Amino acid sequence: MMLVLIATVLCAGIVLSALLAVHLGNIVSAAISAGMASLFASIVYVALAAPDVAMTEAAIGSGLTTVIFLYAIRRTTESPEK
Amino acid sequence: MIKRATILLTLVLLGVIFLQMVTKYSPSTALNPLSRHYVAAGPDELGATNIVTAVIVTYRGLDTLGEVAVLFISAAGVGLLLRRKAGENPGKKQRRPSSELVGTAIHFLLPLIFVLGIYIFLNGHLTPGGGFQGGAVLASGIMLLLLADPDTRLNHGIIEWLESSSGFSYVVVGVLGLVLAGGFLDNRFIGLGTLGQLFSAGAIPIIYIFIGLKVGTELSAVLERMKD
Repeated sequence: MMLVLIATVLCAGIVLSALLAVHLGNIVSAAISAGMASLFASIVYVALAAPDVAMTEAAIGSGLTTVIFLYAIRRTTESPEK
Repeated sequence: MIKRATILLTLVLLGVIFLQMVTKYSPSTALNPLSRHYVAAGPDELGATNIVTAVIVTYRGLDTLGEVAVLFISAAGVGLLLRRKAGENPGKKQRRPSSELVGTAIHFLLPLIFVLGIYIFLNGHLTPGGGFQGGAVLASGIMLLLLADPDTRLNHGIIEWLESSSGFSYVVVGVLGLVLAGGFLDNRFIGLGTLGQLFSAGAIPIIYIFIGLKVGTELSAVLERMKD
Protein backbone atom coordinates (compact mmCIF):
# COMPACT_ATOMS: atom_id res chain seq x y z
CA MET A 1 0.00 0.00 0.00
CA MET A 2 2.88 2.31 0.93
CA LEU A 3 4.53 1.51 -2.40
CA VAL A 4 1.37 2.42 -4.33
CA LEU A 5 1.21 5.74 -2.46
CA ILE A 6 4.88 6.58 -3.19
CA ALA A 7 4.55 5.54 -6.84
CA THR A 8 1.39 7.65 -7.25
CA VAL A 9 3.04 10.76 -5.79
CA LEU A 10 6.12 10.29 -7.99
CA CYS A 11 4.00 9.70 -11.11
CA ALA A 12 2.10 12.90 -10.31
CA GLY A 13 5.54 14.53 -10.22
CA ILE A 14 6.32 13.18 -13.70
CA VAL A 15 3.04 14.53 -15.10
CA LEU A 16 3.47 17.90 -13.38
CA SER A 17 7.02 18.47 -14.61
CA ALA A 18 6.04 17.34 -18.12
CA LEU A 19 3.18 19.87 -18.12
CA LEU A 20 5.59 22.53 -16.85
CA ALA A 21 8.01 21.67 -19.66
CA VAL A 22 5.25 22.27 -22.21
CA HIS A 23 3.79 25.44 -20.69
CA LEU A 24 6.82 27.33 -19.37
CA GLY A 25 7.67 30.32 -21.51
CA ASN A 26 11.39 30.29 -20.77
CA ILE A 27 12.99 27.61 -22.92
CA VAL A 28 15.83 26.95 -20.45
CA SER A 29 13.36 26.33 -17.62
CA ALA A 30 11.39 24.04 -19.94
CA ALA A 31 14.52 21.95 -20.62
CA ILE A 32 15.20 21.69 -16.88
CA SER A 33 11.59 20.58 -16.23
CA ALA A 34 11.90 17.89 -18.90
CA GLY A 35 15.00 16.63 -17.07
CA MET A 36 13.04 16.72 -13.81
CA ALA A 37 10.38 14.44 -15.33
CA SER A 38 13.14 11.92 -16.11
CA LEU A 39 14.47 12.20 -12.56
CA PHE A 40 11.03 11.40 -11.11
CA ALA A 41 10.71 8.51 -13.57
CA SER A 42 14.04 7.05 -12.47
CA ILE A 43 12.93 7.12 -8.80
CA VAL A 44 9.70 5.35 -9.82
CA TYR A 45 11.82 2.65 -11.52
CA VAL A 46 13.80 2.13 -8.29
CA ALA A 47 10.56 1.88 -6.30
CA LEU A 48 9.23 -0.68 -8.82
CA ALA A 49 12.43 -2.80 -8.49
CA ALA A 50 14.00 -2.03 -11.89
CA PRO A 51 17.40 -0.58 -10.88
CA ASP A 52 18.94 -1.26 -14.32
CA VAL A 53 16.45 0.99 -16.08
CA ALA A 54 16.65 3.55 -13.26
CA MET A 55 20.41 3.95 -13.75
CA THR A 56 20.03 4.55 -17.47
CA GLU A 57 17.15 6.97 -16.98
CA ALA A 58 19.03 8.96 -14.31
CA ALA A 59 22.30 9.19 -16.23
CA ILE A 60 20.98 9.67 -19.78
CA GLY A 61 17.43 11.00 -19.32
CA SER A 62 18.01 13.58 -16.64
CA GLY A 63 21.77 14.19 -16.95
CA LEU A 64 23.12 14.01 -20.48
CA THR A 65 19.90 14.90 -22.35
CA THR A 66 19.31 18.03 -20.27
CA VAL A 67 22.86 19.24 -20.81
CA ILE A 68 22.68 18.48 -24.55
CA PHE A 69 19.42 20.48 -24.71
CA LEU A 70 21.09 23.38 -22.89
CA TYR A 71 24.10 23.29 -25.24
CA ALA A 72 21.74 23.21 -28.24
CA ILE A 73 19.75 26.18 -26.86
CA ARG A 74 22.97 28.13 -26.42
CA ARG A 75 24.13 27.30 -29.94
CA THR A 76 20.84 28.34 -31.53
CA THR A 77 20.20 31.52 -29.54
CA GLU A 78 23.76 32.87 -29.44
CA SER A 79 24.02 36.49 -30.55
CA PRO A 80 25.66 36.68 -33.99
CA GLU A 81 28.29 39.33 -33.10
CA LYS A 82 31.37 37.11 -33.40
CA MET B 1 -11.66 23.48 -38.35
CA ILE B 2 -10.67 20.12 -39.87
CA LYS B 3 -7.34 20.36 -38.03
CA ARG B 4 -9.10 20.87 -34.69
CA ALA B 5 -11.50 18.01 -35.37
CA THR B 6 -8.57 15.71 -36.22
CA ILE B 7 -6.77 16.63 -33.01
CA LEU B 8 -9.94 16.05 -30.99
CA LEU B 9 -10.55 12.68 -32.67
CA THR B 10 -6.93 11.57 -32.03
CA LEU B 11 -7.21 12.57 -28.37
CA VAL B 12 -10.51 10.67 -27.95
CA LEU B 13 -9.04 7.56 -29.61
CA LEU B 14 -5.94 7.73 -27.41
CA GLY B 15 -8.21 8.14 -24.39
CA VAL B 16 -10.17 5.02 -25.35
CA ILE B 17 -6.95 3.02 -25.71
CA PHE B 18 -5.59 4.14 -22.34
CA LEU B 19 -8.97 3.64 -20.65
CA GLN B 20 -8.95 0.04 -21.88
CA MET B 21 -5.44 -0.41 -20.50
CA VAL B 22 -6.36 1.02 -17.10
CA THR B 23 -9.71 -0.74 -16.59
CA LYS B 24 -8.67 -4.16 -17.96
CA TYR B 25 -5.31 -4.21 -16.13
CA SER B 26 -4.65 -7.17 -13.90
CA PRO B 27 -1.19 -7.79 -12.46
CA SER B 28 0.34 -11.03 -13.70
CA THR B 29 0.70 -13.57 -10.91
CA ALA B 30 3.15 -15.93 -12.65
CA LEU B 31 6.04 -15.63 -15.09
CA ASN B 32 5.32 -16.52 -18.69
CA PRO B 33 7.01 -19.73 -19.97
CA LEU B 34 9.95 -17.95 -21.66
CA SER B 35 10.77 -15.85 -18.56
CA ARG B 36 10.43 -18.95 -16.42
CA HIS B 37 13.01 -20.70 -18.58
CA TYR B 38 15.42 -17.74 -18.39
CA VAL B 39 15.07 -17.49 -14.59
CA ALA B 40 15.38 -21.24 -14.01
CA ALA B 41 18.14 -22.07 -16.51
CA GLY B 42 20.02 -18.76 -16.78
CA PRO B 43 22.38 -19.02 -13.79
CA ASP B 44 23.33 -22.64 -14.59
CA GLU B 45 23.67 -22.16 -18.35
CA LEU B 46 25.54 -18.85 -18.41
CA GLY B 47 26.88 -18.39 -14.86
CA ALA B 48 25.46 -14.88 -14.42
CA THR B 49 23.60 -14.04 -11.20
CA ASN B 50 22.00 -11.02 -12.86
CA ILE B 51 19.36 -12.53 -15.14
CA VAL B 52 18.79 -9.19 -16.89
CA THR B 53 22.42 -9.20 -18.01
CA ALA B 54 22.22 -12.83 -19.13
CA VAL B 55 19.25 -11.93 -21.35
CA ILE B 56 20.73 -8.66 -22.67
CA VAL B 57 24.23 -9.93 -23.45
CA THR B 58 23.67 -13.55 -24.43
CA TYR B 59 20.09 -14.69 -25.04
CA ARG B 60 19.24 -11.43 -26.83
CA GLY B 61 22.83 -10.47 -27.65
CA LEU B 62 22.09 -9.62 -31.26
CA ASP B 63 19.59 -6.92 -30.17
CA THR B 64 22.29 -5.38 -27.99
CA LEU B 65 24.71 -5.33 -30.92
CA GLY B 66 21.97 -3.53 -32.87
CA GLU B 67 21.54 -0.97 -30.06
CA VAL B 68 25.28 -0.35 -29.99
CA ALA B 69 25.15 0.17 -33.77
CA VAL B 70 22.25 2.65 -33.43
CA LEU B 71 24.18 4.64 -30.84
CA PHE B 72 27.27 4.56 -33.06
CA ILE B 73 25.33 5.88 -36.05
CA SER B 74 23.77 8.73 -34.05
CA ALA B 75 27.15 9.68 -32.59
CA ALA B 76 28.65 9.60 -36.08
CA GLY B 77 25.76 11.78 -37.31
CA VAL B 78 26.36 14.38 -34.61
CA GLY B 79 30.08 14.31 -35.41
CA LEU B 80 29.39 14.80 -39.11
CA LEU B 81 26.89 17.66 -38.68
CA LEU B 82 28.89 19.54 -36.05
CA ARG B 83 32.38 18.97 -37.41
CA ARG B 84 34.88 21.76 -37.18
CA LYS B 85 35.99 23.37 -40.38
CA ALA B 86 39.72 23.31 -41.00
CA GLY B 87 41.49 26.32 -39.47
CA GLU B 88 38.58 27.19 -37.20
CA ASN B 89 39.60 27.50 -33.56
CA PRO B 90 36.59 27.39 -31.25
CA GLY B 91 38.58 27.35 -28.01
CA LYS B 92 39.35 31.06 -27.97
CA LYS B 93 35.87 32.46 -27.33
CA GLN B 94 35.30 34.68 -24.30
CA ARG B 95 33.41 32.50 -21.85
CA ARG B 96 31.96 33.16 -18.45
CA PRO B 97 34.09 31.15 -15.97
CA SER B 98 32.22 28.31 -14.29
CA SER B 99 31.11 28.62 -10.70
CA GLU B 100 33.62 27.95 -7.96
CA LEU B 101 31.33 25.28 -6.46
CA VAL B 102 31.51 23.17 -9.62
CA GLY B 103 35.24 23.79 -10.02
CA THR B 104 36.02 22.64 -6.48
CA ALA B 105 33.56 19.76 -6.33
CA ILE B 106 34.94 18.18 -9.49
CA HIS B 107 38.31 17.40 -7.87
CA PHE B 108 36.51 15.31 -5.29
CA LEU B 109 33.67 13.90 -7.42
CA LEU B 110 35.30 13.03 -10.76
CA PRO B 111 37.41 10.08 -9.50
CA LEU B 112 34.39 8.73 -7.60
CA ILE B 113 32.14 8.99 -10.67
CA PHE B 114 34.69 7.20 -12.86
CA VAL B 115 35.20 4.44 -10.27
CA LEU B 116 31.40 4.02 -10.00
CA GLY B 117 31.04 3.77 -13.79
CA ILE B 118 33.81 1.17 -14.07
CA TYR B 119 32.34 -0.75 -11.13
CA ILE B 120 28.90 -0.80 -12.77
CA PHE B 121 30.10 -2.37 -16.00
CA LEU B 122 32.67 -4.71 -14.40
CA ASN B 123 29.98 -6.11 -12.08
CA GLY B 124 27.26 -6.20 -14.74
CA HIS B 125 26.92 -9.97 -14.45
CA LEU B 126 26.54 -9.85 -10.65
CA THR B 127 24.64 -6.68 -9.70
CA PRO B 128 22.14 -4.43 -11.50
CA GLY B 129 23.73 -2.37 -14.24
CA GLY B 130 26.01 -3.11 -17.13
CA GLY B 131 27.79 -1.69 -20.11
CA PHE B 132 25.22 0.92 -21.10
CA GLN B 133 24.68 2.20 -17.56
CA GLY B 134 28.40 2.22 -16.74
CA GLY B 135 29.20 3.98 -20.00
CA ALA B 136 26.52 6.60 -19.34
CA VAL B 137 27.97 7.22 -15.86
CA LEU B 138 31.47 7.63 -17.36
CA ALA B 139 30.06 10.11 -19.87
CA SER B 140 28.33 12.08 -17.09
CA GLY B 141 31.75 12.35 -15.44
CA ILE B 142 33.09 13.84 -18.68
CA MET B 143 30.03 16.13 -18.72
CA LEU B 144 30.95 17.43 -15.25
CA LEU B 145 34.51 18.01 -16.47
CA LEU B 146 33.22 20.03 -19.46
CA LEU B 147 30.90 22.04 -17.19
CA ALA B 148 33.68 22.81 -14.70
CA ASP B 149 36.19 23.91 -17.30
CA PRO B 150 34.58 24.82 -20.66
CA ASP B 151 37.98 25.03 -22.33
CA THR B 152 38.72 21.34 -21.76
CA ARG B 153 39.66 19.60 -24.97
CA LEU B 154 39.23 15.85 -25.19
CA ASN B 155 41.94 14.01 -27.07
CA HIS B 156 40.07 12.87 -30.16
CA GLY B 157 42.80 10.43 -31.16
CA ILE B 158 42.38 8.44 -27.93
CA ILE B 159 38.56 8.70 -28.01
CA GLU B 160 38.29 7.47 -31.59
CA TRP B 161 40.81 4.71 -31.04
CA LEU B 162 39.05 3.48 -27.86
CA GLU B 163 35.62 3.64 -29.50
CA SER B 164 36.49 1.81 -32.70
CA SER B 165 38.71 -0.80 -31.08
CA SER B 166 36.13 -1.67 -28.43
CA GLY B 167 33.36 -1.91 -31.03
CA PHE B 168 35.57 -4.14 -33.16
CA SER B 169 36.56 -6.31 -30.18
CA TYR B 170 32.89 -6.73 -29.23
CA VAL B 171 32.15 -8.25 -32.63
CA VAL B 172 35.35 -10.37 -32.44
CA VAL B 173 34.21 -11.79 -29.07
CA GLY B 174 30.82 -12.53 -30.66
CA VAL B 175 32.47 -14.38 -33.55
CA LEU B 176 34.71 -16.30 -31.09
CA GLY B 177 31.49 -17.50 -29.45
CA LEU B 178 30.25 -18.62 -32.86
CA VAL B 179 33.45 -20.54 -33.60
CA LEU B 180 34.33 -21.97 -30.17
CA ALA B 181 30.89 -22.34 -28.54
CA GLY B 182 27.23 -22.61 -29.43
CA GLY B 183 26.54 -19.46 -31.46
CA PHE B 184 27.16 -15.77 -32.13
CA LEU B 185 27.79 -13.92 -28.81
CA ASP B 186 27.73 -17.19 -26.85
CA ASN B 187 29.69 -16.48 -23.66
CA ARG B 188 30.68 -20.06 -22.89
CA PHE B 189 33.97 -20.29 -24.81
CA ILE B 190 35.74 -19.27 -21.58
CA GLY B 191 35.16 -21.26 -18.39
CA LEU B 192 32.05 -20.10 -16.52
CA GLY B 193 33.85 -20.07 -13.16
CA THR B 194 32.05 -20.04 -9.80
CA LEU B 195 28.60 -18.46 -9.76
CA GLY B 196 28.80 -15.04 -8.08
CA GLN B 197 32.55 -14.45 -8.45
CA LEU B 198 33.93 -11.37 -10.24
CA PHE B 199 35.75 -13.56 -12.77
CA SER B 200 32.86 -15.73 -13.86
CA ALA B 201 30.06 -15.91 -16.44
CA GLY B 202 32.47 -16.58 -19.31
CA ALA B 203 32.73 -13.72 -21.78
CA ILE B 204 29.96 -11.52 -20.30
CA PRO B 205 32.36 -9.24 -18.30
CA ILE B 206 34.62 -8.90 -21.36
CA ILE B 207 31.68 -7.93 -23.58
CA TYR B 208 30.42 -5.47 -20.97
CA ILE B 209 33.85 -3.82 -20.64
CA PHE B 210 33.86 -3.21 -24.41
CA ILE B 211 30.24 -1.95 -24.43
CA GLY B 212 30.95 0.32 -21.44
CA LEU B 213 34.02 1.87 -23.05
CA LYS B 214 32.24 2.28 -26.38
CA VAL B 215 29.10 3.89 -24.93
CA GLY B 216 31.16 6.13 -22.62
CA THR B 217 33.46 7.42 -25.37
CA GLU B 218 30.59 7.88 -27.84
CA LEU B 219 28.44 9.90 -25.44
CA SER B 220 31.47 11.98 -24.38
CA ALA B 221 32.26 12.74 -28.01
CA VAL B 222 28.63 13.81 -28.63
CA LEU B 223 28.74 16.09 -25.57
CA GLU B 224 32.00 17.67 -26.63
CA ARG B 225 30.74 18.24 -30.19
CA MET B 226 27.58 19.90 -28.84
CA LYS B 227 29.59 22.13 -26.51
CA ASP B 228 31.40 24.22 -29.10
